[in-house]
Amino acid sequence: MAGRKSERLLNLLIMLLVQQRFVPKSRIREILYPDQGEEAFERMFDRDKEELRSLGVPVEVGTLDAYFVDEVGYRIRPDELALPEISLDADEAAVVGLAGKVWQHATLADATTEALRKLAAADVPVDVGALDVVEPRIGADEPAFDTFWLATQERRPVVFGYRRPGEGSATTRHLQPWGVVRHSGRWYAVGFDTDRGEERVFRLSRVEGAARLVGEPGAYEVPDGTDIRAVALRLVSPPDHEVATLLVRAGAGHALRRMAVQVEADVPGPDRRTTWDRLTVHGHGRTVADEVLTCGADAFVEAPAALVDDVRDRLTALAGAGEGTP
Amino acid sequence: MSSAGTGAREQVARLLTLVPLLHARGSVRLEDAAEALGTTTQQVVRDLKVLLMCGLPGGYPDDLIDVDLDALEGEDADGVIRVSNADYLSRPLRLTPTEATALIVALRAVRDSSPGATREVVDRTLAKLEQAAADGSAHRQVELDGTDPEAAEVRTTLERAVAEGRQVRLTYWVPTRDEAGERVVDPVRLWTQGGFDYLEAWCRSAEGRRVFRLDRIHALEVLEEPADAHDEAPTDLSEALFAHAREGRLATLRLRPGAHWVPEYYPVEEVRHVGEGLLEVDLRVGDPRWLVRLALRLAPHADVLGPPDLVWTCRQAAGDALALYDAPSSSMARSHPHPRGMT
Repeated sequence: MAGRKSERLLNLLIMLLVQQRFVPKSRIREILYPDQGEEAFERMFDRDKEELRSLGVPVEVGTLDAYFVDEVGYRIRPDELALPEISLDADEAAVVGLAGKVWQHATLADATTEALRKLAAADVPVDVGALDVVEPRIGADEPAFDTFWLATQERRPVVFGYRRPGEGSATTRHLQPWGVVRHSGRWYAVGFDTDRGEERVFRLSRVEGAARLVGEPGAYEVPDGTDIRAVALRLVSPPDHEVATLLVRAGAGHALRRMAVQVEADVPGPDRRTTWDRLTVHGHGRTVADEVLTCGADAFVEAPAALVDDVRDRLTALAGAGEGTP
Repeated sequence: MSSAGTGAREQVARLLTLVPLLHARGSVRLEDAAEALGTTTQQVVRDLKVLLMCGLPGGYPDDLIDVDLDALEGEDADGVIRVSNADYLSRPLRLTPTEATALIVALRAVRDSSPGATREVVDRTLAKLEQAAADGSAHRQVELDGTDPEAAEVRTTLERAVAEGRQVRLTYWVPTRDEAGERVVDPVRLWTQGGFDYLEAWCRSAEGRRVFRLDRIHALEVLEEPADAHDEAPTDLSEALFAHAREGRLATLRLRPGAHWVPEYYPVEEVRHVGEGLLEVDLRVGDPRWLVRLALRLAPHADVLGPPDLVWTCRQAAGDALALYDAPSSSMARSHPHPRGMT
């Protein structure tokens, strides 16, 4: 029955909290688990401690005194237990209220709600819904997200099946996750790949089956000064930003227009079927080439020459696919 | 963790939040407490009956926490919770690492999508919370790429339109046709899937339910006119997104490794590993222009294998694009970035 167990958990918390010193295990058993045999007590007490810890209660273990080293005791320090003093101004409280609606992921939405409840219980006025500013949303659909999040929070290694595009089956990988990064709407785990012996990035949507946490919390350290966003960006997309000049048919090439930093309307183009606009775009060469190709005969690369060659080569391959040239 | 749960862990979590709340405010109405804890008034009373049995380990009546149950049940109840003898529980618990991280990451997203003045407020708030959460929080281990402020604004505007039941005029880009067109819609709801935000709406020009991807909305305006109610059954998301997928013709593509991402992005009927790093996929094609654009983008990593007319159409499209570079005027355009005749 939940009531009896809640009662025991709370009494355990209070008992360890109000004593200045470590409370001997034998006394805990005597007061709170009087009807349990040795084995049942050990099992229940272990579980109860873990439940309290999972709520964020710091249960400390220590020895009672120098003469009885095998007698262990437990305590909870009030200053470790309590939320530190925090005072928010009205506008800050409004911002915090807004943050409560950002996560569109069950576990983290609940975690944020719980955090707001704690702040409210400390009489920090958390004003939900006062500020009229845009509300961002963070989602995480990847089934593996929860495991990697937890691994990151607790620094526990993860074992998982991973299938790169083009591979017939998943391979088993071992990672010490340093962090999770969202990039272009997708989540990645960044960390030290113990199979390869170097830092790696894994796209969580490519994790197959259940990812498993292995090892104890704090099993490894994140190297000092690691900027996980920088690592992810470096490994996910090589930094080859370049400037390209393109001609795009009037009314077409919307994706390219969104990348444009400058548009010159109504310029002469490679044909006279329509009018053309000249766009200056910044982007990865590969991305720009892909978008230009997607537009077919509605987009044309002026510069740089390498991009022109790339696009022409790729078009030639498609035009000539199968038998000869059309 | 859901605080509405009836498990022991959830019950303890609620009580450890409720007692500090009472301590801070003196007394709290039962209804207000239930709302603050995200549970029912009945559950709060059950929680308080547990609290009544807790206290200092002496075992004397004075050691126990006192809850005024008469104020909550019975004839003289005024529905106000009063608790005494629980001073050692006067502060809420520290935020757990996940709570702190989730909150801080959420605030950073708010910051990224805020105008300058609000940013300053968010920065102040973040500084305070990061300090309060100093130990154990791993918020530095979670990074978001800049949430696009424009996208957040589109979303917020649409949420308001849905809430207020107003029509919206939007300029929407249809990638299949590479056309941006204007339409007036009755917004129904918003959701997120696969990293993208979507709007489901009744399109007044098409007279039917349509799904719009928010990052393809180029402009929008909330109109004064109220939106009509449409009582058609809510659409299944994947069905709505890929409605064409069941109707179209089957096309077959052969993918080299550079194009192996295709089945991750598009619903495919079948994937076959045909050896030598090649995949063959069958996908439904509604509008042939969609396939042409895909084939162009994938070149040279994919071959369209069939049906024959689509193979021909794709090759033709590549040929047409290639012809631009061989036209006499194109070499002029390339060697003279600012050709004569430009005004």
